[in-house]
Amino acid sequence: MSATIAERRVKVATQRRNSLHRQRLWALWGSYIALAVFVFMFLVPPFYTLMTSLKSSAEISAQTGSPWIVHHPTLENFWYLITYPNFQRYYLNSAIVTILTVAVSMVISVLAAFGLSRMGFWGSQTLSTGVFLTYLVPPSLLFIPLFQIIGKLGLINNFWCLVILYPTLAVPFCTWIMIGYFSSIPKELDEAALIDGAGYLQMLWKIFIPVAMPGIIAATIFAFTVSWGAFLYPLAYLYTSNQMVLTVGIISDLIRGDVFQWGKIMAACLLASLPPIVIYAFLMDYYVAGLTAGATKG
Amino acid sequence: MAEVSVRKVVKEYDGGVQAVKGIDLDIADHEFVVLVGPSGCGKSTTLRMIAGLEEITAGEIWIDGDVVNDVPPRDRDIAMVFQNYALYPHMSVFDNMAFGLKLRKFPKDEIKRRVDEAARILDIIPLLDRKPRALSGGQRQRVAMGRAIVRNPKVFLFDEPLSNLDAKLRVQMRTEIKKVHQTVRTTTVYVTHDQIEAMTLADRVVVMNHGVIEQVGTPNDLYHHPTTRFVAGFIGSPAMNFLPCRVQDGANGGLTVRVTDTITVPIPAARADRYGAFKGREMVLGIRPEHLFEYHDQGKPGWNRVDLLVDVVEPMGMETMVHFFVDGAPVCARVDPATHAAPGEMLPLTVDLNQMHLMEADTGKVV
Repeated sequence: MSATIAERRVKVATQRRNSLHRQRLWALWGSYIALAVFVFMFLVPPFYTLMTSLKSSAEISAQTGSPWIVHHPTLENFWYLITYPNFQRYYLNSAIVTILTVAVSMVISVLAAFGLSRMGFWGSQTLSTGVFLTYLVPPSLLFIPLFQIIGKLGLINNFWCLVILYPTLAVPFCTWIMIGYFSSIPKELDEAALIDGAGYLQMLWKIFIPVAMPGIIAATIFAFTVSWGAFLYPLAYLYTSNQMVLTVGIISDLIRGDVFQWGKIMAACLLASLPPIVIYAFLMDYYVAGLTAGATKG
Repeated sequence: MAEVSVRKVVKEYDGGVQAVKGIDLDIADHEFVVLVGPSGCGKSTTLRMIAGLEEITAGEIWIDGDVVNDVPPRDRDIAMVFQNYALYPHMSVFDNMAFGLKLRKFPKDEIKRRVDEAARILDIIPLLDRKPRALSGGQRQRVAMGRAIVRNPKVFLFDEPLSNLDAKLRVQMRTEIKKVHQTVRTTTVYVTHDQIEAMTLADRVVVMNHGVIEQVGTPNDLYHHPTTRFVAGFIGSPAMNFLPCRVQDGANGGLTVRVTDTITVPIPAARADRYGAFKGREMVLGIRPEHLFEYHDQGKPGWNRVDLLVDVVEPMGMETMVHFFVDGAPVCARVDPATHAAPGEMLPLTVDLNQMHLMEADTGKVV
């Protein structure tokens, strides 16, 4: 009798090992291995950037020892850039362009998304699809016709042209994110607001914007990323140092002919990456919630 | 407080689908009217048209003596409670209740006085600082009602407000709503698909089906004197039994109702005059489960014995529901729990034909 019970226990334990428990263990290990590979692949370049930025020009050009290790760490590259007026100018230009781009993009996106998702006018569905389709057009196809438009506006080699151009890249996607987010808000909420006495703008300002804040933050981060990291348009439209933004300023100032000032380039890349890193670090949770809200909320 | 009139109102959606087909309804000042009916009958659409949330295709809606067809919801002086509460999730309970008053630029102390008063009526004073996500379903529904009360509107509109609550809480909130109406006496239009909710709350019940009003009346009127087969079947739980039948001549010049070859029962003399004109026609006999009960030796006039084969027995404690089939038609009887009923056995029953309803088979009209 006791032998039978013991056998049964062993059998149950074996089944358990072979079933859900074991599958979960495999899934867990699989996830860790896949994540480790990805983390390694994505962290190697920034690590190499950091190492190189801490080396002097002499150490970089000596090419002795492992390139992954700094033998005589120095902050001279960072100090050079911080005190270099052109770099300060690029940073300021980038900040101005980005702040204005984000502001313009978000005002347009939030208003457009609210109208398209909640006001239910004739053709709003088609228009929503159209907004997203414009996002699929690659910027590289547009920069020649846009060059003519910007030229006619007299804004070639003027960083203000980027404040006009970047929203064309950011608005479609931001609108799309916000349409998804606004659509996930129950329609009874606007009906309750209408009955309470709100107009559409009051409803947007007092109800929708606070409720959709995670979506708005996600869209804001996207607009920020588009503006801060864009390379093609500033390369095409700006050519003097006083108008350049960080992305093109770094390569135009720190690459002279065939001389690459790698230490300074890497230090400039790190300094330029600081704002996005700080913003992502603080707002990552909102960003993920905002991007997934439309998919998971009824 | 106000009267509400719905006159020849039609709602037609794109594609020609008519949700509401020219209904007329007058709701008196202070009255609590419940619109009830199955899904898709047009009750919610009617309520939303009164609220101004749906445009009217044809007809007129009057509130307090004014036609409001083209008046936006905010200017109709109405308040609405929604099925999913529709509380503003980022605002505290106080702010939710005060929102409408703030938009209307009420002074701060007046807002506070009104919110406190509504919170006292609804017993939610301790919740005023909480956010909706920190409230239970019942508390949220109270807040939604509070938001309506503080406005002191002409009309309250309720759109299935208890549907998201569990059964026990629903019964509790039903009483709360009735109590609130007895206190504030605001004209109320309430939509539900639950006929028990309709019966317990309403001064008058409006039964709707396929976009038309089937019958308007007090709960007792609808229960005891339905005018159509739909109303007879919709009001009452368990539903009324319907059996195809034929009215024919009986003994001593009276009438009988023949249900099957073996079930023919005499119609009470008091009803014979009314049913005489339908002799020989295909009719439907309607009898509520409580009028089909355990057999008593000492019967009353109009009580008749029928023996039916038991299909299913459902003991409920204070009563037992017994289900049968008569010529393929399901029949339910409400019997004393002491009655012995077992599936597969014959059970002698009393049918009280003093409470019978006779309907035309083709139109469903109660005669």
